[in-house]
Amino acid sequence: MSILETKGLSKYFGGLAALSNINLTIQEGEIRGIIGPNGAGKTTLFNVISGVYRPTSGQIFYMKGKRIDGLASSRIAAMGLVRTFQRTALYLDFTVLKNVTVARHLHNRENILRVFAGSVKKMQAENVAKALEIVEFMGLGDLKNELATNLPHGHQRALGVAIALACEPKVLLLDEPLTGMTPTEKANMIDLIRKVHQQGITILMVEHDMRSVMELCHYISVLDFGTLLVEGAPAEIQNDEAVINAYLGTEDIVSMGRSD
Amino acid sequence: MSSHSTEKFRTWALAPLILGLIGLCLFPFFARAYLVEVVMMYFIYIILAQSYRLIVTVHDWQLYHIVLYGVGAYTSGMLAKNFGIPVFMAIPLGGAMASLMGMAITTPLLRTKGWGFYIATYGLAELIRLSWLKFRNPFGGSTGIIDIPWPPVIAGIDFSDGIPYYFFSLGVMLFALYLLYRIEKSHIGDSFKAISMDPDLAASTGINIPRHRLLACAIGGFFAGIAGGLLVHRLGAVDPKLFNIVTMLYLLIWVVVGGTNTFWGPIIGVSVMHTLFELSRPLIEVRPLFFGLSMVLALIFMPGGIEGLISKAVVRWQRRNFMPTVDT
Repeated sequence: MSILETKGLSKYFGGLAALSNINLTIQEGEIRGIIGPNGAGKTTLFNVISGVYRPTSGQIFYMKGKRIDGLASSRIAAMGLVRTFQRTALYLDFTVLKNVTVARHLHNRENILRVFAGSVKKMQAENVAKALEIVEFMGLGDLKNELATNLPHGHQRALGVAIALACEPKVLLLDEPLTGMTPTEKANMIDLIRKVHQQGITILMVEHDMRSVMELCHYISVLDFGTLLVEGAPAEIQNDEAVINAYLGTEDIVSMGRSD
Repeated sequence: MSSHSTEKFRTWALAPLILGLIGLCLFPFFARAYLVEVVMMYFIYIILAQSYRLIVTVHDWQLYHIVLYGVGAYTSGMLAKNFGIPVFMAIPLGGAMASLMGMAITTPLLRTKGWGFYIATYGLAELIRLSWLKFRNPFGGSTGIIDIPWPPVIAGIDFSDGIPYYFFSLGVMLFALYLLYRIEKSHIGDSFKAISMDPDLAASTGINIPRHRLLACAIGGFFAGIAGGLLVHRLGAVDPKLFNIVTMLYLLIWVVVGGTNTFWGPIIGVSVMHTLFELSRPLIEVRPLFFGLSMVLALIFMPGGIEGLISKAVVRWQRRNFMPTVDT
């Protein structure tokens, strides 16, 4: 069953077509990779799906055909479609645990009168407990009281995912989760993504690291110049002429993965 | 690793707070009547600065706060004078009115943020203030409103006297601080800070930013209005000059010099800067110059305000005294 679907999705910045006529169908429970050269429109696609940008034309359907294009990001997140950022987006002055606790917003039933009346202690405790569970799940348990700004890059990226998980998503959009990581950090993150997927979360990820994408994803969509170039299983994509041309002209795409 | 020592430190830090409170309670019985009036103004200003800080935690620096303070003053004064509403009921109603006006100003500006928001709030605030000046009926024009009712006698205590009103204002301030502290420590307070740190990330976790900005401004406006009500029933009069942009600048100076990162910043800011203000009465000619300079210097040399300096010192002191272990 498809959980997320785009139909004729386009986004223009002035005269520039960042995305044109994208038709994607994401099945529930899959790990979908979105790849493509720099400037292909991958992040724009995420921004449009997650409500940061309004599409110029086209529709986005989520969960049994509900239209979500044009909704505010906070509404889309509330429906269980949660994204991470390509940049390392954290609340730098909060501790690790606080970063995740504050992201439990959607599951917090606090309101201002309850705050004044002082009856939020139990709710807070529940949220902190759940946040702690997520922090430990992401392997950050020992660092829970550390300020986010003091973490090494790999842990900061993991915290970014933890923040998204705190929203209890049904679909998780990961924007280059492996950027700038050492090989150990990468291996770690790939394990974590698998663990997240095992919890029944559908994953849509943009990533440049080909080897990891081929290893993780069930199905891959390739973007180039804002259009959907080709889709297929990893093995098909690796040998696809058009994809190889889009990237390098002639060189084998897999060797790019090996080179780093 | 530091939770135990932090706990120990907290109980230790409570002592000066309690001592200060006892001092404030004894103070009016030993001080001259004039000084009691002066200290009463600190209470009002602390409510004002603290409520402003709440709005600043959402990163909505604005220039209408003093006018909301005025809305509270005018509303409370006029309700008491023209409609005979008891003073102690008129004050919270003034707060409610200021809250509504705050939301009315902020709603059309929600599409702006940062500098745009900052400047636009000035425009709308002046609109309100100038309407007090323009419309002699019912606002009394530039001379404002006089003969505003004094607070009543309750259980033999005459609240129009200095000392009872001093304790009334102290009580209102403490209660306001308590409620604002509750927000500071709540999830809502954290969401406010999350929005100011990274609005895109906050929105991606389902935090509705416009709604939170409105909420902050409604709460902040309410307490500003309460401060205005406290003022008007002590002065017995109100006029538009009290709420002009110069007063707003003083509020900004308190908050910036005190620091906005923690709850204590604005309290320290008012305590220090308003004391300097009172002490510099003989130098009235050059005073604005000095205060303007103090804000510039604070922005350059202590971006966390006085509070930022103190917490740095405290952390250093804590390390030395409660954590003798070797640094890792």
